[in-house]
Formats: sequence, structure tokens, C-alpha cells
Amino acid sequence: MIRTLRRLAPPLVLVALGLVAWQWYVTAADVRPQVLPSPLRVVEQGWAFRDQIWANTVPTLQVTAVGFTVSLVLGWALAIAVDFSPWLRRALVPLFVASQTLPIVAIAPLLIIWFGFGLLPKVVVIALVTFFPVTVGLVEGFAATDRQATNLLRSMGASRWEQFRYVRLPGALPRFFTSLRIGITYAVTGAIFAEYVGATAGLGIFMSVQRNSFRTDLVLAAVVVTALVSVALFALTYLVERLVVPWRPREVRHG
Amino acid sequence: MGEGKLVLDGLRKAFPGLPVLDGVAFDVAPGEFVSLIGPSGCGKSTLFDVVAGLETPDAGRVLVDGEDTTGRVDPFAYMPQRDLLFPWRTVLDNTTLGLEVAGMSRRAARERARPLFAPFGLAGFEKARPQELSGGMRQRAALLRTVVQDRAVLLLDEPFGALDSLTRTDMQTWLEGVRAHYGWTVLLITHDIREAVFLSDRVVVLAPRPTSVVREVAVDLPRPRTVEMITSARFAAVEEELLAALRGGRAP
Repeated sequence: MIRTLRRLAPPLVLVALGLVAWQWYVTAADVRPQVLPSPLRVVEQGWAFRDQIWANTVPTLQVTAVGFTVSLVLGWALAIAVDFSPWLRRALVPLFVASQTLPIVAIAPLLIIWFGFGLLPKVVVIALVTFFPVTVGLVEGFAATDRQATNLLRSMGASRWEQFRYVRLPGALPRFFTSLRIGITYAVTGAIFAEYVGATAGLGIFMSVQRNSFRTDLVLAAVVVTALVSVALFALTYLVERLVVPWRPREVRHG
Repeated sequence: MGEGKLVLDGLRKAFPGLPVLDGVAFDVAPGEFVSLIGPSGCGKSTLFDVVAGLETPDAGRVLVDGEDTTGRVDPFAYMPQRDLLFPWRTVLDNTTLGLEVAGMSRRAARERARPLFAPFGLAGFEKARPQELSGGMRQRAALLRTVVQDRAVLLLDEPFGALDSLTRTDMQTWLEGVRAHYGWTVLLITHDIREAVFLSDRVVVLAPRPTSVVREVAVDLPRPRTVEMITSARFAAVEEELLAALRGGRAP
């Protein structure tokens, strides 16, 4: 607990310093709040509009959850398929990379045209931005299995599936959680972006609407909420990891 | 699983542009402890992979109790150089891995492995994680995982190579004791001549790559071997003979 606090202290101190400087600048230069609201005003107005912000946070969380789940299922299925088939590895891995070259900024509005304002285009955007780190993390995790460990299992008479189950899968889990953390931070921003382009509710569309009415303070309040959600999900992955990979922390401490 | 008489019959193996095994042939009698020594890079590990059925030879056969088992893994229990205990399994569940792979229920496998924990000096560590064990204990756990499979022949690939010399001596003495008790048939790779002499009934010396058998030296020291024997004249004479064979093998 104390160790966690000690680790969190430096970034928190920096953020506090930044906020103080920001508040001081806005007050001293008398900036109009439509251009740059002070941090205090962001908090104040955010709190005043808390019901509306919360009502828009829930749909964003839902979209994130559905989109990231789809991405995880897809990522696991593809990574396992690639691990079992050298042909699929050669065929798919370049396509995974290619999928990352798609300019989401251009694709997202098209998705709205194709699939409407519902859940589907948002799920597609989130899956597109998150499935790459998850899949590649898994593919590499499986492939990083020690050759001698494979030989040991083979000498025991293990089939390819048993090698996967007993060694490749558990061995890949630490790396999977690393890529899961990268993916989940993309997932929230991906959801916001998809909503920004077109939605009936959600933090993204909330920001878009507030910006159009020059409520910069409320846009920033929504940004803060987004950041908090991302950080919370990020922290959640550590909790899940501790349950699923209980052997990892010890090794990290020694290494 | 049979008596455990192992015959290597003219094993040849080449990788593209690299001949490794050039007709390796020798026998191991049931219950015999045979060590393999040879210059580093001579192909000992490839030979082991071929015998263990992990690699197919280009020519030659591996026979166990008269049956051609070339390319089969089931007569052999294989212990690689590194202990390869998996951190996600307890020590007990690491030792039962081979039995589980062979289709035994986890419960039955645990019942089979558990009684070996005391003679292997691991009593009380069944539920520990491998990373809690010392180097010597990890090697004993890895050996337990190997022998509990109850295969005809044990193939040990430099099992003590990574240990400090004091621990290694302890392990050798310990292995000498348990082996006598269980009567395993063992083929051991080592680069440590003293270890080979101390543990073996016979030592097979391999030539540099592409390798074949240069010499077989019987170790006619009484059993059980003790640490005091290491300084005896007879022990030194065998060591001398092996060193000479190794040097002779290096000359063109």
C-alpha cells in the first residue's frame, strides 16, 4: 500500500503543480472561460452537470465493454488459430499490421453511413483500435515458448493441443496482460471518438454538443471523466492479473 | 515398462550442411548407469534428441528390449538441462505433469508422485511454487518429474551443470544413493569427467562432430560410491584414461 502510494506520488505532484499554474494563469491573464476555463470552474461546472455527464458516461462504458469484449474474443480466436497453423500465421500477421494503417478518422464517419447511429459502428471502431495489441501480444506470447519446454512436453508424449494447454497458454498470460493494458486505454478513447462522429448518447457526443455551444468547461469536465474511467479500467487489469496470474509478481520482483 | 536394455545401432543424423552423428553405436544394459562425455559441440544433445524420439535419425535404429523404438518417445523419460519447472504449477503439480499428459487423472498422479517427495528431499514442499526452491531442490524436483513417469530408460542431459560445485557434489552423492535403491537404467550427458566416473558403471567417450564412439571405459569401482573414492588411485586412473581418450579424439 505504502509502495503504491510512493509510486503514485511523483505524477500526482506534477499534476497538482500543473493545475496550480493553470489556475494562476487564467486568473492573472483574465482569460475568457469560453477559451480556457480555470480548473476550479471545470470542477464546479462538471459537478453542477453531474447528472447529465453520468447519463452520458454509462452509454460510453457500455459501448467500451461490448467493443472490447468483441475485440478480446476475436483476438484470442485469431491468436490461437495463428499459433496452430503456420499457414495462417503467414497469411494473417501481415493483415493485422495492415489493419493498423487504416485511418480511423476517415473510416469512422463511413461506418456511421453504413451501420447507422447504433452500437455496431462503435463496436467496429473499438475493435479496430484495440484488437491489434491484444492479438499481437498473444501471438508473440505463445511463440515465445521455450524450445526446451516444448521438447520436454513432446518427450512426455504431449499432443500439440496439450503443449498449448500446459505450456504455451499459461506462459503467454503475463504478456497478454501487458497488451491488455495497452488495449484497454485505446478502448475508451476509441469509444469516445466513435461517439464524437455520431451517436445519440455518450461522452463523445456530449463533448461535441458542448463544444458547439462554447461550453469549454464542460468539454474539459468530460475529458476528466474519460481519463478517470481509463485509469480505473487500467487499474482493474492489475487486479484481474493478480487473480489469473498469481505467480507473476514474484518473478518481476526478482527480475 | 520392460527391463530397459537400450541399444543404439549406427545412428546418423545431419542437418543441412552439418553432419552431426556419424554412426553412433553402443548399448546400455538394464539397470546400468552410462555416461556420455565428449568435446563441447560434438553432438551430444542431438544424440539425445534422436534417442528420445524428438528427432528422427537419417539412418540407424534405437532399440529398447529388442524392439525398434526409433522416433518413439514413450520408452524414455527425458530431463533437459534446465529444470523447466513451470511457475504456474505447484512443485507437486510440476512433478505430475508427465503423468497428466499420459492421461492419468490429476488425483491419481498426485498419489503416485507424493511418496517420492521424502526420498527426493522435497517433503513439505508439495504445495510450494518452484521459485521458492533452491537450485538443488529444483533439480531434484525435475528429476522426480522424470522418474515418476516410470519409463524404461532415463535420459539426463547435464542435470547438474548449472549448480555450484558444492551443491553439485551433494546432488551426485544423493543420486548415487537413490539410483541404487530404485535400479533405474540411466544414460547421462555430462561435461564433468569426475561426475561421469563417480556415477557411472561405464563411460562412453564421443569424438568431435560428426561424432561417433571413440572409446568405452568401464568404471570398476565398488558401489555404493563414496566421496572418499574420488581421491583414490583407481578413480584417478579412470579419469586419466578418459582424458586421454578425449584428447585422442580431438586429434585428426
